[in-house]
Amino acid sequence: MKQQLQNILHQVTKQAKDVKSLQDIEKLRVKFLGKKGELTGVLRGMGALSKEERPIIGKLANEVRESIETLIKQANEKLLSIEKNIQFKKEKLDVTMPGKTYEIGKKHPLTLVIEEVENVFLGLGYQIAEGPEIELVHYNFEALNIHEGHPARDEQDTFYIQPDVLLRTQTSPVQIRVMENTQPPIKIICPGRVYRSDAVDATHSPVFHQIEGLVVDKGITMGDLRGTLEVFAKSMFGENTNIRFRPHHFPFTEPSAEVDVSCWNCNGEGCKVCKGEGWVEILGAGMVHPKVLRNCGIDPEIYSGFAFGLGVERTAMGRFGIDDLRLLYENDVRFLQQF
Amino acid sequence: MKVPISWLADYVEIKENIKKYSDMMTMSGSKVEGYENPFHEITNVVTGKITEVTTHPDADKLIVTKVDVKTEIIQIVTGAKNVSKGDIIPIALHNSTLPNGVIITKGQLRGVESNGMMCSIQELNLTVNDFPLASEDGIFILPENTPLGIDIKEVLGLDDTVVEFEITSNRPDCLSIIGLARESAVTLGKKFKLPSISLKENGNGSVSDFIKVTIEDYELCKRYAGKVITDVTIKESPLWMRKRLRDAGVRPINNIVDITNYVMLEYGQPMHAFDLDYLQEKHIIIRRAKEDEIIHTLDDQKRTLNSRNLIIADGDKAIAVAGVMGGANSEVNNDTTSILFESANFDGVSVRLTAKQLGLRTESSSRFEKGLDPYNAESALLRACELVEQLGAGKVVPGIIDCYKELPDKKIVPFRPKKMNEFLGTSIDDKTMVDILTSLEFEVNMEKMEIAVPTFRSDVEAWADISEEVVRFYGYNNIKASLQSGNRATQGIKTYEQRIRDTIRDTMLSMGLMEIYTYSFTSRKVFDKLLLPTDSPLRKTVVITNPLGEDFSIMRTTTIPEMLQVISHNYNRRISKASFFETSHTYHPIEGEKLPNEKNVLTIGLYGDSDFYSIKGMVKTLVEILGINNVRYTLDNDNPSYHPGRCAHVIVNEEIIGTIGEIHPDVANNFETPKRSYIGELDIDKLYKLTNVLKSYNGLPKYPEVDRDLAMVVDETVVTYDIEQVIKSSGGDLLQYVTLFDVYRGEQVGENKKSMAYSLSFRADDRTLTDDEVNKAVAEILLKLDSELGAILR
Ligand SMILES: [Zn+2]
Repeated sequence: MKQQLQNILHQVTKQAKDVKSLQDIEKLRVKFLGKKGELTGVLRGMGALSKEERPIIGKLANEVRESIETLIKQANEKLLSIEKNIQFKKEKLDVTMPGKTYEIGKKHPLTLVIEEVENVFLGLGYQIAEGPEIELVHYNFEALNIHEGHPARDEQDTFYIQPDVLLRTQTSPVQIRVMENTQPPIKIICPGRVYRSDAVDATHSPVFHQIEGLVVDKGITMGDLRGTLEVFAKSMFGENTNIRFRPHHFPFTEPSAEVDVSCWNCNGEGCKVCKGEGWVEILGAGMVHPKVLRNCGIDPEIYSGFAFGLGVERTAMGRFGIDDLRLLYENDVRFLQQF
Repeated sequence: MKVPISWLADYVEIKENIKKYSDMMTMSGSKVEGYENPFHEITNVVTGKITEVTTHPDADKLIVTKVDVKTEIIQIVTGAKNVSKGDIIPIALHNSTLPNGVIITKGQLRGVESNGMMCSIQELNLTVNDFPLASEDGIFILPENTPLGIDIKEVLGLDDTVVEFEITSNRPDCLSIIGLARESAVTLGKKFKLPSISLKENGNGSVSDFIKVTIEDYELCKRYAGKVITDVTIKESPLWMRKRLRDAGVRPINNIVDITNYVMLEYGQPMHAFDLDYLQEKHIIIRRAKEDEIIHTLDDQKRTLNSRNLIIADGDKAIAVAGVMGGANSEVNNDTTSILFESANFDGVSVRLTAKQLGLRTESSSRFEKGLDPYNAESALLRACELVEQLGAGKVVPGIIDCYKELPDKKIVPFRPKKMNEFLGTSIDDKTMVDILTSLEFEVNMEKMEIAVPTFRSDVEAWADISEEVVRFYGYNNIKASLQSGNRATQGIKTYEQRIRDTIRDTMLSMGLMEIYTYSFTSRKVFDKLLLPTDSPLRKTVVITNPLGEDFSIMRTTTIPEMLQVISHNYNRRISKASFFETSHTYHPIEGEKLPNEKNVLTIGLYGDSDFYSIKGMVKTLVEILGINNVRYTLDNDNPSYHPGRCAHVIVNEEIIGTIGEIHPDVANNFETPKRSYIGELDIDKLYKLTNVLKSYNGLPKYPEVDRDLAMVVDETVVTYDIEQVIKSSGGDLLQYVTLFDVYRGEQVGENKKSMAYSLSFRADDRTLTDDEVNKAVAEILLKLDSELGAILR
């Protein structure tokens, strides 16, 4: 019997090598391991064995069965992997063919700039304040220390609806409305649409957008203004950005400054973007004029504040290299898709 | 303001190179826009003397000359008529350059070598105004004693650098050489030297013998000062003066006019010279013009005045518009023998409005309108007289006419160094502050802690202004950056409305729509193009009184026209399909209110590859994301701008929150868009109120759903909404979803009929449904569909 068992194992080993299909394997299994299979047949003869031989042969028989099962399993796996490889070969794709396209919407470049600025200041604890575009002359001018007769009030620059109602020329009236209605601390930015009577050309538009910021509290200093704008410039234009204040004049701030950032394109070396200066003017800023605070019912002896503003169109044009402002309002898909 | 450096150098020493000087001035508040030598293009042009003139062998009209340019004698062939032996002239040598990019090289003229060119006044970009003795159309012949071989720029004084400053509106004192010299001195740490004026006054008599002055309106004329010059000789002013005027951008005219302009530039005080012989009454009256009073101004225009205009009159006759322009009748001319110099202080606002009304903005008015220092009027007047004596232009009559009611005292403001440092975030010591202020001519009284502000600094009113004076010389960029520490914290968060607008934008973007920005004003014509009836409420608009043109004359009440224009723009550039959205405002007047209602609206626009159901699906997605459930769409066949069969109201709780649909073919035509363009308008202000951002979780179902498909035939006129309402109301609690999955029209269902196939889902929360239960529910639904809509099961 021992001989028989070894013989069976030998046969299976040999035949397993030759299987060509899953059916062959199944036949092999039935032939040797099936109810009427050869191994079963051999084991049936176990009863004739002596008491001593029986456990030895039994053990051997089990070993042979396990070996056969392993052989069949291996043959099966081998065959499956061959078949899989055939399938993979058949299903091979040209991965260089174009992918399926999905329509995706793009934010307008002006939105991109506004959101970027908003995010910087939201992170610094500012809220976003809004106000009417059609505004009282009082809020757009008087309250901002721009009195009757001031050249900024010229009709040539401002669209009027009535003698005391206009299209706001700046978002600063929102600051006044907030100051009138809120006790410090005030930390706001005011993004919005503003209007000036400029004919449409590559660098002018009668409709444009501004973002202004305002902070009013006890102990606010011009150093705080500088620090805030430094954080802003670095987040907008990169960690290595420097800023520079130049004295200027705005009626509602004192001292006032124009603020340059080191050119993001050439790092201050001088290039086309910065017209060789190494600096690009992006902001107007200053300490809120004590008169403006007083106009809003805030005591300048207790509180102080700073304000700043930037033009969204100008920033977008500088940032994205847009050379004609009209593109921003023409909404050509081929333009919009690029952002 | 254009400033020749040499002029500034009369009052302050400037050793820095021009680049460094410009940067320093910009950083202390006098912004330098640029600088240049206006004649920098002229190179290699020197003085030369003609030593020999011979005829040209082959050309009658040419002569051959030998010219001594000191280093050599060169041969030049020329066709010039006005030159002869001994003349000294500008010679453009071989490889020289002239204005406008002209390059001169040697060559041959009719076979004779010519090694340079003789220059005319035009070739040097000059005019006879600059050099009155020069020939206008021939070679420029220089004075006899001119040294040879010298660069022509040096000889003619063309070598000055001119700096252009941008002066802010609060600093009229800096619209002058003296003002900028003072700023330069403090910036450079140098001394500002203003020499005192000395006059000989060798004219006969006294000023009061010649003229009398009365101010009728002290509000508009704070001061009127005048001096009389006799024995006037009108001629050109000297080269140095003409050169400075020209560099500053003022055309030289004659000695007297040049003096008034020179003093205006130097002192920032506009002046005027009247020909005394033409003043018949010899009585200057400063008064408001009468209604429709006419003046003939020196630009040869007749101008009609009114009582808001201040004029200078001689007796009854207007002879000047105060601070704006003189009259033609009293203009200084070549025969003038005696003059009255006027140096006055007129009200800025009045001058500005008058100049605007007359469309006459002059160098004079643009200075007055910023508000000038009345004290400066006298200094400028004396300086003009000093120049008259220096130029030998006439005799100054002793005495001055000086009318004023009162001159303002110096403003006193408290000196508050501690407050200023706290405000600036600096620790500038008192001495530094005092030094800066003193050099700016502020007087600091440390005992009283008070500052007397110089009268030319009307912009300085309080400690904040003083802070700026200190810090712009201390250095804006020496302020240390800080971030308001130790203050009360604030929360950086968007408002509810702002977050909803973000959600709307994000949803639109996720569906592939491009965001657009369009103008908020438009033309009334768009209402006709939208086919709106004459009584449409959208025609009630906010009107701009001074628009850029009819196209931009009203604030929009609808965003559809701009959306259609964007569709048209893209369609006409062969872009076959596109989809857009805009979140913006429309503006609607409110009866009895100053300010209109500014509505927040969402506008959607689609064309190409889309249909009514595309836009409806977008709205459905949006309202779902906003948590608005009970949305209904009803046909709106009454909106003139839309296809009457393809337009729907979007309704929530019986309120219309928007309109969607296919644009009316005639409207499409009017805007040149494709016929099948789809527009949606949603009222964002209403969405704010309806949005439900509070989401709550419902447990996942524990028992399976049972689905039944159901196809029925109904009349064409039956709408989906009604079928679904019947199914939902009759389906009982077990019915979960109703989904339309097929609509079929054809022979099998018959004419004017359609087959609608629905998939219905049933489920109970507490058990698996039996077939019986579901069948019963379906039977009930079919019964109601039949009885209410005449639907027949297929
Ligand atoms: Zn650069």
